[in-house]
Amino acid sequence: MPAMRVRQAIATAIADEMRTDPTVIVFGEDIAAAEGPFKTTEGLLEEFGPVRVRDTPISEMAFTGAAVGAATMGMKPVIEIMFIEFLGVALDQLVTEGAKMRYLSNGQLSVPMVVRASVGGGLGFGGQHSQTLENWVAATPGLKVLAPSDAQSAYSLLRAAIQDPDPVMFLESRVTYAERGEVDTNLKMEIGKARVVKPGKDLTIVALGQMTNVARQAAATSGIDIEIIDLCTIVPWDKKTVLESVKKTGRLVVVEEQPESGGWGSEVVAAVVAELFADLKTVPIRITCPNVPVPYNGGLEARFLPNPVEVNYQIDQLMATGKAPQPWWTREGF
Amino acid sequence: MSKGLERRKAILSDPVAQFERAVEIREFENQINALFASGTIRGTTHLCLGQEALVIGMASVLRTDDPVSATYRSHGIALALGITPESAMGEIMGKAIGCCGGLGGSMHLCDIELGLLPTSAIIGGGMPIAAGAALAFQIQGNDRVAVALFGDGATNIGAFHETLNLAAIWKLPVVFICDNNVYAEYSRINLTTPIEDLHIRAESYAMPHFALDGMDIDAVREGVQSAVDRARSGGGPTLIEAKTYRFAGHSRADQALYRPEGELDSWKSRDPLLLLEERVKKSGKMTESEIAEMKVRIAKEIEATVALCQAAPEPTTKTMFENIWSRKVSQ
Repeated sequence: MPAMRVRQAIATAIADEMRTDPTVIVFGEDIAAAEGPFKTTEGLLEEFGPVRVRDTPISEMAFTGAAVGAATMGMKPVIEIMFIEFLGVALDQLVTEGAKMRYLSNGQLSVPMVVRASVGGGLGFGGQHSQTLENWVAATPGLKVLAPSDAQSAYSLLRAAIQDPDPVMFLESRVTYAERGEVDTNLKMEIGKARVVKPGKDLTIVALGQMTNVARQAAATSGIDIEIIDLCTIVPWDKKTVLESVKKTGRLVVVEEQPESGGWGSEVVAAVVAELFADLKTVPIRITCPNVPVPYNGGLEARFLPNPVEVNYQIDQLMATGKAPQPWWTREGF
Repeated sequence: MSKGLERRKAILSDPVAQFERAVEIREFENQINALFASGTIRGTTHLCLGQEALVIGMASVLRTDDPVSATYRSHGIALALGITPESAMGEIMGKAIGCCGGLGGSMHLCDIELGLLPTSAIIGGGMPIAAGAALAFQIQGNDRVAVALFGDGATNIGAFHETLNLAAIWKLPVVFICDNNVYAEYSRINLTTPIEDLHIRAESYAMPHFALDGMDIDAVREGVQSAVDRARSGGGPTLIEAKTYRFAGHSRADQALYRPEGELDSWKSRDPLLLLEERVKKSGKMTESEIAEMKVRIAKEIEATVALCQAAPEPTTKTMFENIWSRKVSQ
């Protein structure tokens, strides 16, 4: 199996789909000639040419909507929103137009498109280029929302996303782009299926994107036997795998790279409480970012993001007291 | 051939059928207005009274595989493209026989067989989608053309400018038709826009553009045909500004009390129905009495449509869980 960086896994997945399916087209800002600011579309223009691989003006609304229109007419556009924040000016086209096309055409239209966006903090991009913003899109029936965490999931999930007949939002943790991992190009991953990336019996961590790595690091130094679930899909999320795990461990910790309010982890906690109330040994908890914008300063950004030390502190407190520990900002009086 | 396709074929070149369709749209809109006023229909509605020549003229020069991305002022364009009155009115009444199964309503009519994409209730929202459809046709190498129909208010929203630029730079086979009916919602266009001729905005995108008389079906047909021909032959996009006038308010709630005195009457002297009637009389295709009979017949047909739709079944609860994802996604 070849080892490749996450950004290469993404480019490879797109290229493999483009080779098998001539209706797949790619466009976005600086993704063709410049091969993308994060090199996630490397080699595509050279192999597939300027008809299928296009640079767009800086017009997210127009090209997101163009993807919707092209998808309704038999193409499979894969578009890139360079930073998830730029989706703000195009949200109408994805959420109000694209995600409603099947419904408002009484099932006459499909919109097989993928919107890729880089997300997340850790690289010092500041308050307008570091958010994850899953909750902008997670409450829209008609959309599917995926978030890979490593090279294998980036490759396999992106292929699944491009093959899917529905609009898919594909959230790529920017900080993982340079990370290497082995990729089995024959391995298929299904939309809506989570991965147990580390088995364990005492406590379940559910994580997503770069938080999966944080969970792995925490588990590696923890005295607790932790099971880690990489959720992979936020909509529709894999309730079955999560419930099976928590039924076994009796404990749930969700690690989210998102402000505390309105995160996807609340959905997971609510479902676990509703369905496994009697099986829970401790209260389910969420480890999140504080309800503040992403700070630029390196030290502050590192504090903002959930990290292995805080995850282990929270888990140790939970195991010792059975109660939900306070987040660090409350402990420190902020 | 489906009834919708037959209805479309009928108006392609026959002035009598075009006039009849205009009378049908007028009757239809007046009935809808009455049904809303009496509380029979819920939600909101946007009538296209006075704009019949534009939608019929457009529909008469487009092919059924040329998709049209239109707006919430959807009844006229839908009927012009061939949707049956029961399919449109059924939808507006929220009935299962409606073109969207009763789940869309007045602002969301759709019939892919006739080229009507789901009409958008977001100002400018359909414009990028038309460009995207045109992108598909360009890549597929066929000669289909996409059309965006939108109002004057849309020329002040970002989607308009972004889409014109994208379509121009990619030379997409798309025709942009701005229905300048003088009012953007409740505001007269001069209060919100520093220019009178909106089509000149295409100048900054190096795109061909012109205005036409949207009350005159022959002017509409000629203008739209020339833009469609350009798009079909690889010449890229065009912006057309059709000068029309909205005889009704913006929506159900709007009495349009803000109009300058005499403005409506002056436009009504050029009511597209009058012009269409003159056209068939002049050419000797219909006599006074035939016209009178036709109007009575169509009024009866629309009345029958109302009765049929009122008696039609409601959609089942199951339908609101369908057609969201490609297959049911359990949450």
